[in-house]
Amino acid sequence: MNKKQGISVRTVVAIGIGTAIFFVLMRYIPIPTGVPDTNINLAYGFLALMGAIFGPIAGGLIAFLGHMFNDLTWGEPWWTWIVADGIYGILFGLTRKYLNIENGDLTKRKLVLFNVYQVLIAILVWGIIAPTGDVLVYSEPASKVYLQGITSVICNALSVGILGTILLVAYARTRSKKGGLKKES
Amino acid sequence: MNNNVLIGYKQRDNFVDRLTGTTKLIGLIALSVIGMVSFDTRFLLVLTICSLALFRLSGIKFREVSFILSFITAFSVLNLIAVYVFGPQYGVHLYGTEHVIWQGVGPYNLTWEQLFYEFNLFLKYIFTVPLALVFLMTTNPSEFSSSLNRIGISYRISYAVSLALRYIPDVQNDYRQISKAQQARGNEISRKGKLTHRVKAAAQILLPLIFTSLDRIETISQAMELRRFGKLKKRSWYAEKPMKRNDFLALLVIALVVLVGIYLFRVNAGRFYDPFR
Repeated sequence: MNKKQGISVRTVVAIGIGTAIFFVLMRYIPIPTGVPDTNINLAYGFLALMGAIFGPIAGGLIAFLGHMFNDLTWGEPWWTWIVADGIYGILFGLTRKYLNIENGDLTKRKLVLFNVYQVLIAILVWGIIAPTGDVLVYSEPASKVYLQGITSVICNALSVGILGTILLVAYARTRSKKGGLKKES
Repeated sequence: MNNNVLIGYKQRDNFVDRLTGTTKLIGLIALSVIGMVSFDTRFLLVLTICSLALFRLSGIKFREVSFILSFITAFSVLNLIAVYVFGPQYGVHLYGTEHVIWQGVGPYNLTWEQLFYEFNLFLKYIFTVPLALVFLMTTNPSEFSSSLNRIGISYRISYAVSLALRYIPDVQNDYRQISKAQQARGNEISRKGKLTHRVKAAAQILLPLIFTSLDRIETISQAMELRRFGKLKKRSWYAEKPMKRNDFLALLVIALVVLVGIYLFRVNAGRFYDPFR
């Protein structure tokens, strides 16, 4: 929440539309991996972009709400993973300042560091937070949920690494650099 | 058709339909959380039966949801099998006793404890299904956001939720159009194509989809800014319904159920109900 006015109108709309897209991507184009309830989700590549553009509040809420709606339409809200998704979105939002993608200022070095960061947070969220939540709350066998967790780490890191990177580059190209205008002599 | 479950709201004019969105939202969250934490089979059974009864009351036709139900059943069964494959002795570990029904190979025998534990899991998987479907199919989307606002969530975020619900069908339409256009150009995205082709084709759909939506964000936020959205501390809702007697009754029942659930933690000295002791 910046300023006393709360989040900006643009962020509100970004959360709304972002959630809608996240939901559609998660629901209609998942690519199954063979491990129950674990898919390659293109939605996470998109989440990386939204986090980088609109920041942690938008990122967190898009992932939280999108995942919640998706689970609700299947009738099984799986709260531990929904919350984990929210955390994942917030962590993506934290890249906004560094990537500074709004000004089209995206270098190779930034992309490499972004990818290192995204792999680390995938391990943190899907390899540790989400399965531990399942063990504590749902009391499922640790080996099963950690297998699901590790599969998700790989899938989501791949989705973000490939699609997320493509989207970031494509978006940065549409933005003009700060101070990109030069005075002709 | 089955794609539109989320916006499957239809006026049904019965007891469940007339409750406010606030009541239904609180009910869904409270019951799904208590059911998530509790491992008391008796409690979960009663919850399941009550939510099925509620489903009956809501007047939703079975065929409206049959597609979803078959999917959920398949997923639950897969999950239960996975639990057995990865933790055949987990029930024994939880309850601390072992009653073997059938002696298998290595750790893969069948015990009452394991069956009982997986039965609990099964109940946990399914009891929310009728609740979630009732919630989605009897709550007006715009009323939903007004109820989020009423339970104390900032109206900006409530409005974002309402925007999401409003734009899901639009995004779906965009997605279908772009995907048809790509298919017309020979990009295979169905199961028939090779995986690499499918991934590439999916990316070719995603880029236009995402970039038109980013433009849309700018357009909508400008329109909202012109209408002075977010200038004041409060906002009124067109779809807001006043709380009636039935709402308070329903909330009372929900509170009672949650309290019973919490009380059972005491009785069982933990989350698990153990019939083997």
